[in-house]
Amino acid sequence: MNEKSHIIAAIVEHKPGVLYGVANMFRRRNFNIESISVGRTEQSDLARMTITVNGDERTVEQVTKQLNKLIDVIKVSRLDPASIVSREMALVKISAPGAKARSDIINYADIFRARVVDISSESLMVEITGNPDKIDAFIDLMKPFGVKEVARTGITALSRGTKSVRIEE
Amino acid sequence: MTKMSGAQAIVEALKRQKVKKIFGIIGGALLPVYDVLYDTPEIRHILVRHEQCAAHAADGYARASGQPGVCMATSGPGATNLVTGIANAYMDSSPIIAITGQVNAFGVNSSYLIGKDAFQEADIIGITTPITKHNYQPKRASDIPETVKQAFYIATTGKPGPVLIDLPKNAQTETVEMKFTDNVEIRGYKPKTSPHPLQVKKTVELLSKAERPIVLAGGGVITSNASPELLALTELLMAPVATPLMGKGCFPENHPLSLGNIGMHGTSAASRLILEADVLLAVGTRFSDRTTGKLDEFCPDARIVHIDIDAAEIGKNIEVEIPIVADAKKTLRAIYKSLASKLRKSDSSPWYKRVQEVKEQLKEETSGSEKDLKPPRLIKELRKILPSDGIVATEVGQNQMWAALHFMAYEPRTFISSGGLGTMGFGFPASIGAKVACPSRPVVDIAGDGSFRMTEQELGTSVEEEIPVTVIVMNNSVLGMVAQWQRLFYGRRYSAVKLGSTPDFIKLAEAYGAEGIRVGSLKEFSKAVRRAIKSEVTTVIDVPISPEENVFPMMPPRAGLKGIVESEEEL
Repeated sequence: MNEKSHIIAAIVEHKPGVLYGVANMFRRRNFNIESISVGRTEQSDLARMTITVNGDERTVEQVTKQLNKLIDVIKVSRLDPASIVSREMALVKISAPGAKARSDIINYADIFRARVVDISSESLMVEITGNPDKIDAFIDLMKPFGVKEVARTGITALSRGTKSVRIEE
Repeated sequence: MTKMSGAQAIVEALKRQKVKKIFGIIGGALLPVYDVLYDTPEIRHILVRHEQCAAHAADGYARASGQPGVCMATSGPGATNLVTGIANAYMDSSPIIAITGQVNAFGVNSSYLIGKDAFQEADIIGITTPITKHNYQPKRASDIPETVKQAFYIATTGKPGPVLIDLPKNAQTETVEMKFTDNVEIRGYKPKTSPHPLQVKKTVELLSKAERPIVLAGGGVITSNASPELLALTELLMAPVATPLMGKGCFPENHPLSLGNIGMHGTSAASRLILEADVLLAVGTRFSDRTTGKLDEFCPDARIVHIDIDAAEIGKNIEVEIPIVADAKKTLRAIYKSLASKLRKSDSSPWYKRVQEVKEQLKEETSGSEKDLKPPRLIKELRKILPSDGIVATEVGQNQMWAALHFMAYEPRTFISSGGLGTMGFGFPASIGAKVACPSRPVVDIAGDGSFRMTEQELGTSVEEEIPVTVIVMNNSVLGMVAQWQRLFYGRRYSAVKLGSTPDFIKLAEAYGAEGIRVGSLKEFSKAVRRAIKSEVTTVIDVPISPEENVFPMMPPRAGLKGIVESEEEL
């Protein structure tokens, strides 16, 4: 099967229980969520879910339809990877006991356009934004120093240009 | 705007939905609503003996009448007891509204609030999310009118299904200004009903060239009341019609084009002819595994048109050439309209001749002595006695498959069976619900002893509430369908299937004030049925049958329609 990663944007009612309904549907139908990020939209009663799913064409088609079937899901769009901006953000805490390690990490972070956001005698925290591959690569690079903790947001994405996944009021 | 309590509001909202009957059991968390019902003669509350049966009865009511059925249960165990019935309605797309009590969502004493594991608290919203079309928990009385309006709209439109309303006690007791409206606007729910003209055009082109068309007509045809349109179109096409279990009754089974049931225990004619078809018109059906068997042996040479109101059914189980997401009635009408000018088919077509030839070849004769109580004979005898609008409900297991194979349904909504979930114990409470919906028509539950035992306490409901139905218990003292599998595929190792001869169903019926008749011959059976369907009290007819009986034809496990067998010897 031709499995790959797909990004789905869903505009949903911004109220309690909706995320449960969506997550429940994925579990029940035996679909896997690779990542999900949820937040309020420019309309205060709506939330936007950006869901990354792995699967073949037929599976993703079913995911889209099953999402659409949920009453609290208002609009579902599959985002075309060729015409979107997608980003993930991660906070990475790395062991950095000595000055050498510390300066190495800061140099690497610069190359990845990441920022050091916290520092202590034993560790550094780096904020990095980009596509998931870039974040994976950075984390791999940090492994020899000792990665203590990672928090990733999951992908969030918007289509380029004027096209939008939006509910007209 | 009127000032009233939430409990009054829910009853008022139900009245506005033209609800006349509710099946339920009272409990602490629903006391305010039941207090209002006490003064509401327009709504008849039928007190059942177990909440599962409230949901099944509401389901039976809905299937027999086409109107939504309503059931009610208190919080905690009352609500969780509804779960099987709700899941059953969900699988078979039956419109029921389940109303449950819940502990307070707001209140002065925080120990009684939702989420504190209060007495008789259960998270019924969480529990029923995967088995309802939608569910609601109006936390304030003022939310109730709109919630009820939306719930009925969602339950009865598109692909119907159960909707649950969980009513916290504070929402029942608060008194506020209530606003009732007739408008429903749900931005995330806009069921599409009209077929796309291009898809209809493609279908018409395909059907007009079809040499061996066949129709697979499911429960959606019954839901959308599309039987007249189906009949017109199939007669124009001279295409035979096979029905999965849920579609039984949507096409008159005494019609020359009827092939009867298709699937695991479908007729041999249906199984054979679908393999020969060049075009399959599937309408209101979801290609369940019980219908298709092995998918690559299911109509291998046919190009498939799939009409369903639920877009998510398209491509879920099977890939099709022409999908149409729309209402069955509208679509069949549109196809007929444009096909009628293109097509003049007559009964001299080779395909029609082939259909009749296969049907004739496979016509089985049922004979035997008077004492020989074979289930197919019993069911055929029942058909002779019941009027054409008589309603049959079934339990689940061998009884159900014998009924599906041998009871010819002539009209939609006259055959009520648990298809998707396969819930033993469904038939009896469902037949009570059907009888409440259609009091002037006889209602018969075709049962096995195993299934009947699961909900037999509803004899109390049927007697006390004066809802007379007939229960035919084909009694082999064994869980028959499982025993059949053990006999055929597990070397006759009968693990955990023997139920013994208790209770004595005659005494059981009598203990409840119902009538019990045990029969020993076909003649006695016939006499008992004639009497029971006219009786003013529920009658249990106990028919001893052999525990060695098998249901055939049968598609063995992992086989396809090609592998269907007629007897144990063929396995």
